Amino acid sequence: MDKWTFGFTMLFVGMGGTIATLVVFSLIMSALKKIFPYKKED
Amino acid sequence: MIDAMLSGFYGLVAGFAALHWSNLLMMLIGAILLYLGIKKDFEPLLLVPIGFGCIIVNIPLADLMEKEGFLRIIYDMGIITELFPLLIFVGIGAMTDFRPVLENPYTFLLGAAGQFGIFLTLLLALAFGFPYKDAVTIGIIGACDGPTVIYVASQYAPHLLGAVSVAAYSYMSLVPVLQPPIMRMLTSKKERETVMKTHQKTVSDTTALLFPIVITIVGGLIAPKGLPLLSTIMLGNFMKESGAVARLTKAAENEISNIVTLLLGISIGATMSGPAFVKPQTLIILCLGLLAICLDTVCGVLFGKVLYYITGGKVNPLIGAAGISAFPMSARVVQREGQKYNKKSYLLMHAMGANAGGQVGSVMAAAVMLSVLKGMGII
Repeated sequence: MDKWTFGFTMLFVGMGGTIATLVVFSLIMSALKKIFPYKKED
Repeated sequence: MIDAMLSGFYGLVAGFAALHWSNLLMMLIGAILLYLGIKKDFEPLLLVPIGFGCIIVNIPLADLMEKEGFLRIIYDMGIITELFPLLIFVGIGAMTDFRPVLENPYTFLLGAAGQFGIFLTLLLALAFGFPYKDAVTIGIIGACDGPTVIYVASQYAPHLLGAVSVAAYSYMSLVPVLQPPIMRMLTSKKERETVMKTHQKTVSDTTALLFPIVITIVGGLIAPKGLPLLSTIMLGNFMKESGAVARLTKAAENEISNIVTLLLGISIGATMSGPAFVKPQTLIILCLGLLAICLDTVCGVLFGKVLYYITGGKVNPLIGAAGISAFPMSARVVQREGQKYNKKSYLLMHAMGANAGGQVGSVMAAAVMLSVLKGMGII
């Protein structure tokens, strides 16, 4: 594998994977907030 | 008798005789690190032990980094085994309040945008001819996260440990200097003046408690190679949110973090011996590291602008700059810049959300990177 194949794979899969993971986290946390809504006693 | 005396005397001057110019240069650099830490308050907890370690490792014939040397023992015990950065992460997790990012989960995306610099710098490092693992290690400076940088470097490019660690910690402390000009350059006055809606408290204790567990499991499944990083920071946060182990949380925040920071700092300093450190490659790494952090800020602010337009001007693009891991320094910089242009603008809590997102984002970026490398068979 040449260095540019490596570099662009890291850029697209690595950055794409990071964004996708954080989108998943964001969705999960939004869902958790709906399932366990904030109550005054919190 | 005379011979014996001469030999004995030589023992007292051998250190001077063996001194190389690069040792003297590194002692000077060690002194500069001490100065920056003590007088300028740039990450003193790290720069002081690093600077001191750098000075003592450059005294010839002391053999501090030889097999039985005390610095070698500390280095092997905590850096080679990766224990130190992981223990620091438990402390960081215990100190970090992730509720601001949970208030507005979309700020996770700002934390993602703030990691672009890692991957762009990796490409640049490859262009400079660095081998794959070295390029990954240099790119990770853009995570703006000392323990992550040390974890990756110790595993995949231990010969770069000194340069990348010094770069990461120095540039982190320079965030208040580096970020504002980039923020001003990329945003209009109108954008900078945007007032964001004040936060209502919307996160329940249950959600805050579940956050570290869910992130560990989901993140670990996506990027198993980064689980040590992710799980330790989340363990610290879980202990804090549970409230059930106050003693452990306090120990993680204070005693453990303090002891490990001292040992970590002096071990990093110990990698900065003159002949190994003084070379053009180090200068290139320092420049690339600086670029990485600037690129993170550029991408974060640009993503902030995207949010500004998508939401019809409800998001101040400046908060994008906080999507890096320099927590909470970067959020404070955003607050200060926002206030400069509009006294009614209180961006701190929004920026803290982006900053906490950046903390998770940097760990995830490193974790994803390691798992992609594993998938490609490079590690």
